[in-house]
Amino acid sequence: MSGSDVTREGVQGARPGRDAPTGARAGRRRRRRGRGEQPMVPDAQFSSYYGKPVLNKPTWKPLDIAGYLYLGGLAGAASLLAAGAHATGRPDLARVAKLGAAGAITVSLGALVHDLGRPARFVNMLRVFKPTSPMNMGSWLLSGYAPLTMAAAAADVAGRYRLVGAGATAGAAVLGPAVATYTAVLLSDTAVPSWHEGYRELPFVFAGSGASAAAGLALASVPAAQAGPARRMAVLGAALEMGLFQLMKRRMGMLAEPFERGRPHTLLRAAEVLTAGGAALAALSGRRRERGLAVAAGVALMSGSAALRFGVFHAGVDSAEDPKYTVVPQRERLEARAG
Amino acid sequence: MTEANTTAARGSGGDPPPPSENLLYGPQPNVAQAAGYTDVPPRMGFFTDTSVCIGCKACEVACKEWNSVPEDGLEFTGMSYDNTQGLGADTWRHVAFIEQRKPLGGQEPGVGHEGFDVFEAARSLGTSPASPGPGATAPSPQAAPAGAPAGEISPVSPDGRTELRWLMASDVCKHCTHAACLDVCPTGALFRTEFGTVVVQEDVCNGCGYCVPACPYGVIDQRKEDGRVWKCTLCYDRLGVGMEPACAKACPTDSIQFGPLEELRERAAARVAQLHAAGVTDARLYGESPEDGVGGDGAFFLLLDEPEVYGLPPDPQVTTRDLPAMWKHAAMAAVSLAALGVASFVRRPR
Ligand code: SF4
Ligand code: SF4
Repeated sequence: MSGSDVTREGVQGARPGRDAPTGARAGRRRRRRGRGEQPMVPDAQFSSYYGKPVLNKPTWKPLDIAGYLYLGGLAGAASLLAAGAHATGRPDLARVAKLGAAGAITVSLGALVHDLGRPARFVNMLRVFKPTSPMNMGSWLLSGYAPLTMAAAAADVAGRYRLVGAGATAGAAVLGPAVATYTAVLLSDTAVPSWHEGYRELPFVFAGSGASAAAGLALASVPAAQAGPARRMAVLGAALEMGLFQLMKRRMGMLAEPFERGRPHTLLRAAEVLTAGGAALAALSGRRRERGLAVAAGVALMSGSAALRFGVFHAGVDSAEDPKYTVVPQRERLEARAG
Repeated sequence: MTEANTTAARGSGGDPPPPSENLLYGPQPNVAQAAGYTDVPPRMGFFTDTSVCIGCKACEVACKEWNSVPEDGLEFTGMSYDNTQGLGADTWRHVAFIEQRKPLGGQEPGVGHEGFDVFEAARSLGTSPASPGPGATAPSPQAAPAGAPAGEISPVSPDGRTELRWLMASDVCKHCTHAACLDVCPTGALFRTEFGTVVVQEDVCNGCGYCVPACPYGVIDQRKEDGRVWKCTLCYDRLGVGMEPACAKACPTDSIQFGPLEELRERAAARVAQLHAAGVTDARLYGESPEDGVGGDGAFFLLLDEPEVYGLPPDPQVTTRDLPAMWKHAAMAAVSLAALGVASFVRRPR
């Protein structure tokens, strides 16, 4: 408290920022912004309890969960590439995409289990079927999808059971897009302001990001002659991801701020450069069939997609940690309702 | 509140209201039945009247004692008398403490009590609604006594200091009508009890942590060394045998009142009217309205300032209200991704 004015010598030991004053001035917190950045709107006035967050921030470990979002997206889109390549007779592309999907989903499942407080109880996820819980639906989805990707990859590598392999490839391609986009619902279905508010566009951003990651994997490891679809997927995915992400931020108003500050800002800026650059390189690699170009494009696309997931993850956590993003939009909502 | 209350309430007649069809948001007159119970006792809850809270933290202690909640960090915050800071896995009741440069409404500093006969007052205990007997717990729904100053601001004291006030409030899980924590729990560890409360089954929870960011009030949290999540159970074990929760039992001022929600709502409305009549125009209820973003709280509050001053969200919404729209957008995005995949292959083959 600043209540040190009880001393005889007048106000002493006042510690600014520790007051809990009443009304609109209460709980203002100053945050340092990134270099040279100007706030688009002046900081809103709001009250809080000593600047403490209203929400409990997610307990998820960034590497596990952002990594899971990334690998899930990569796997889902890779299953599309696999099915397309399988159907159009591009064996190298099909092999890479099938192995990529199976590998990515296995690692992402591992990350998911590793993040649990009680990993041994993972199967409890399947004790109910609960459409109100995106994590429950995701668990069911993955328990169908993961075996399909593994069967598809195994059949391809073994060169036997072709019919089973084709069926599994097709099945994985049907579930793949859902695997890539449901993770957006997973984040949005929380009270975390900057995740929840983006629920309309985030699935599209994740779809685009998954496509560019899968295309990147293919570009980096498949000969140019078979990589045509991957090149097109890279460009389309990058456009979808970047376009919808801009749209999302524009619609979110002040809740887009956490994307523009600190670590999320760095990550998202890197994602932008890498994804746009990767897509450009991918297009170029189609014309000048140089292996180096395609590999560079692939690496850029994959790391761009990863940076986007980590950026979105951290921005959400930041928005939960600052009471401003909880209080101000809710106040505005109340005022709007009061007319 | 007497301990016979839950059992008495069970037996009390009157048909329970039918549950509402909408399970995701909006008013829900019968949460327990909507959750699948057939023969339900009335919904139980807390009414925390912060205007009489003295910040003694007996509730925090009683809760820890009864529920064997581990120590939550011996920290000295230096910000106020509150070193507990907020609700979490190891804090199921949290007493907020706020010091403000604002006079306490209806307060009369420097008033003497010379003309007051305590023996006369003692004789009238329990005979008039203005001085309830020792067993009474509810403030009487009467207007303030005639002498109470209406809306007057306490004067500046002689040495020139302005008045300040202390706000104290015991926060707890709100046992939401539409509980986001429960909605998103993938294992079914969180469930609705027959009393309409929300409880974690610790033998089912796998510590996925989804409920933590889902709660719009920042209540539930993960216990790091244990991996699972913990929160107020509204003393489910005590309720089951007709006892009131430990915090309500321990509260010396009856700031924490426990009982059937309907009854608490009536009592709270009367208390607000009483405070308004006494000039405490700041008094307001928080979380009592079934029309709010979570369909009303099972544990609601009487506050003396804006909710955010106490660290409470001013207009919380259950996140699952938007879930159908979220699934719709995700489905559209999935279809777009599939179309994108097809588009990648339709051009001239290479
Ligand atoms: S959402 Fe939060 S406040 Fe509501 S019942 Fe769950 S833990 Fe309690
Ligand atoms: S942490 Fe436990 S209670 Fe919370 S959502 Fe996961 S399984 Fe349910």
